[in-house]
Amino acid sequence: MTKRKMFFRMIVASLMRRRSRMLVALLSIAIGATVLSGLVTIYYDVPRQMGAEFRNYGANMIFTAADKDFTLEDVNQGAAQISKSDIVGIAPYRYENVRINESPVVAAATDMEGAKAASPYWSVDGEWPSAPEQLLVGANVAESYRLKTGSYITVSYTPDLESAEDGEVVQDNFIDFEITGILDTGGSEEDYVYMSLEDMEKLTGEAGNIDVAELSISAQSDQLTAYMNKINSNVSTVNARLVKRVTASETTVLTKLQALVLLVTIVVLALTMICVATTMTAVVAERRKEIGLRKAIGASDGSIIKEFMGESMLLGFIGGVLGSVLGFIFAQEVSVNVFSSSISFKPLLVPITIIVSIAVTGLSSLMPVKSATEIDPALVLKGE
Amino acid sequence: MALLELKNIYKIYGELHALDNVSLKVEKGEWVSIMGPSGSGKSTMMNIIGCMDKPTKGEVLLDGVDISKENAKNLTAIRRDKIGLIFQQFHLVNYLTAVENVMLAQYYHSMPDEKEAMEALERVGLADRAKHLPSQLSGGEQQRVCVARALINYPEIILADEPTGNLDEANEAVVVDLFHKLHNEGTTLIVVTHDPEVAEVAQRTLVLRSGRLAKEVVNENFTGQIHFNE
Repeated sequence: MTKRKMFFRMIVASLMRRRSRMLVALLSIAIGATVLSGLVTIYYDVPRQMGAEFRNYGANMIFTAADKDFTLEDVNQGAAQISKSDIVGIAPYRYENVRINESPVVAAATDMEGAKAASPYWSVDGEWPSAPEQLLVGANVAESYRLKTGSYITVSYTPDLESAEDGEVVQDNFIDFEITGILDTGGSEEDYVYMSLEDMEKLTGEAGNIDVAELSISAQSDQLTAYMNKINSNVSTVNARLVKRVTASETTVLTKLQALVLLVTIVVLALTMICVATTMTAVVAERRKEIGLRKAIGASDGSIIKEFMGESMLLGFIGGVLGSVLGFIFAQEVSVNVFSSSISFKPLLVPITIIVSIAVTGLSSLMPVKSATEIDPALVLKGE
Repeated sequence: MALLELKNIYKIYGELHALDNVSLKVEKGEWVSIMGPSGSGKSTMMNIIGCMDKPTKGEVLLDGVDISKENAKNLTAIRRDKIGLIFQQFHLVNYLTAVENVMLAQYYHSMPDEKEAMEALERVGLADRAKHLPSQLSGGEQQRVCVARALINYPEIILADEPTGNLDEANEAVVVDLFHKLHNEGTTLIVVTHDPEVAEVAQRTLVLRSGRLAKEVVNENFTGQIHFNE
């Protein structure tokens, strides 16, 4: 048998045959590794989780016309500069003055699915329009004209008089719309009526320009700025801007939250080290006689350190493996309960947790093990 | 040349002279007992001979080398290479089996060899208990494991401190019989005891009193066998 084999046989025997003692040490290491791994997972997942939360507050980027013409094609070209996985929703808006019961109202034509995704805080009493000639009416408009979900109204549009030839009689265009829902946002959106871009084209008789496009993008401030600069330099027809009040507050909250999690992680790391060091000190203290015996039969200080460090590092390894698994479960529970969404597994965290666990256990054991080498075999073996 | 020679050894703790000008010689292959009441300096002498302590004054020659001047690291090496220790409390590692406890001494000395460790256990009559933990062995069996561990590296001297102090008569006889076998094989034995029956089995008995060598008795009728008084 080689010395190495005997070394591992002794370490494994110590862990396996002193199970109750070692379980206490293992428990303290595994709990530390679990909390540590869980917190680090949360730390790295907070931007993603909070980013998704922030997307509930609406668009964080605006496209406007860079020159005269600004079409849906231009919006799509601008959006193509953004990673598809980051786009939560794109809502292009075309505003026109229309009339309801001969009174002027602003109509906004948009892509309903895009608007729904870009502005998840919009509350619709009824249904979103999903077919041609369906209308979503702002709450203020509905109140002014006593409009109700399910009723029909005629929306008329007067074409541009300047483009009419002399003597030509300009006729109003009109469409009968079914009101599918009343929009409640608490903001200026309640003053408009919403229809599809196709209905607007039909009503006005022209394709027309997009006035503004609102984009909801799942990215942090730096990435958003990078996207904005990329679009402004690559797509000449689009002027991209960030919605500062959303992006700035998002960055502030994220920075503070991450700092908090980092602080808690550091505190937990320190507590783990103290806990493991205390446990290892107790483990070494109760083995004073054994250390004395080993020294008496010829063990050098180096051998004693190697054996005890080997034991504690093996404990650290097992604790790290347990901590990686339990930490993910812990982070998952926190994420589901706090953010209502599951967390993504980060494979790199497994070796990192194991290495940190081994390092923490090793460092915590170093002092008690070093003091163990100072044990005088003669005193220990006196026979008491 | 004597295997072990103590020349005018003193061990002084403040006012207390634990050993006070002690000199003795132990020849190779000799079986010597050291007796004396508690506090007479037996353990101090045992620690000095066993390289676990140094005298305040004097020389300790082991195989011609003065070990009283060696540093802690060299003393550990001498202990590992030249001395086999047997203790009253057995001192086995409680989570290692009997054979692993024997292999532990090999591990620190040179290379662990399970076959050789098993042979050592066979010599002390414990081959069938090799895979047992100390807690599963009787006191006598534990002491026999301790003997097997002490002799596994073929030491120059086996130093036994009250080896039968925790044993009943039957096990005491077994251990003394083992010493007798080792002596016959040429092993040098120094046995510290305050049991006269164990001491008298040796070839020579040294009696310590108040740190001084008070008496030396040579056993003319040496047989190496223990005879219990009725």
